[in-house]
Amino acid sequence: MIAAALAFYLFAGFVILGGALTILSRNPVHSVLWLILSFFNAAGLFVLLGAEFLAMVLVIVYVGAVAVLFLFVVMMLDVDFAQLRAGFAKYLPFGLGLAVVILAELLLVLGGGSFGVSVPAPAHAPVIAGMTNTQALGALIYTRYVFIFQAAGMVLLTSMIGAIVLTHRQRPGVRKQSIAAQNARTPAQATSKVRPVSGEGVTL
Amino acid sequence: MIGLGHYLAVGAILFVLGVLGIIVNRKNVIIILMSIELILLAVNINLVAFSSFAHDLVGQVFAMFVLTVAAGEAAIGLAILVVYNRNRGTIAVDDINQMKG
Repeated sequence: MIAAALAFYLFAGFVILGGALTILSRNPVHSVLWLILSFFNAAGLFVLLGAEFLAMVLVIVYVGAVAVLFLFVVMMLDVDFAQLRAGFAKYLPFGLGLAVVILAELLLVLGGGSFGVSVPAPAHAPVIAGMTNTQALGALIYTRYVFIFQAAGMVLLTSMIGAIVLTHRQRPGVRKQSIAAQNARTPAQATSKVRPVSGEGVTL
Repeated sequence: MIGLGHYLAVGAILFVLGVLGIIVNRKNVIIILMSIELILLAVNINLVAFSSFAHDLVGQVFAMFVLTVAAGEAAIGLAILVVYNRNRGTIAVDDINQMKG
């Protein structure tokens, strides 16, 4: 039990540290790396909560895809990031004030104690004993939530097509191989008979 | 003993960090996008914590859909950013005023 508490404080501390340094770093590359640390430790929190599948999805999707995408874009854009940081000190007092107010409000709500799950609400999809988390989630997603699952797939498809359409550009004057034209070519089109006069060249 | 309140506090702090990141880095779109990711992560922590402590898997299903939307949003946002940088040569938020009358 003490080990679980220690693990929680470790993961939670690193999540918050990573989040804070993500927004405070001077270099956006460092920001992305801190974001990755934050995601890894959030995955640890998920494991502590018994949501192994979501933890793995977080590591694979976020660290493997989204964070790498961020890193890729940060390194690809040739932007003067020091200039973009110009208003940082100006907005910091206002931002800190707002953050303190929001955090105080959220923690006051938490401190109210009305979130104890001692109130036995009927679970919509109770955790079944003897099933792993992944099995239980799969049994739920592929039966009751199958249409929402399909809709999530459509969201991903839309965003994929959108990203490709947005960033794809066709440059004029680029010579490309046309395989259809090559395959449709017949010997009659490709060759010609000439009868050269002896001693003169051939004009093609 | 770690209870639900501990996880909700972590989620609250992370959410506030995301909001603070949007405010203090309001010229840099990349950091703003990362702050939005932080906010969505905080939401996911809350959903999974409630799901775990209420012994109800619906929260985890919902968290998965939030992850899906967040991944799509990051892809589209970064694509817009790349196109914008290609056209204007900058990503400063203050310069995005082409549609202003």
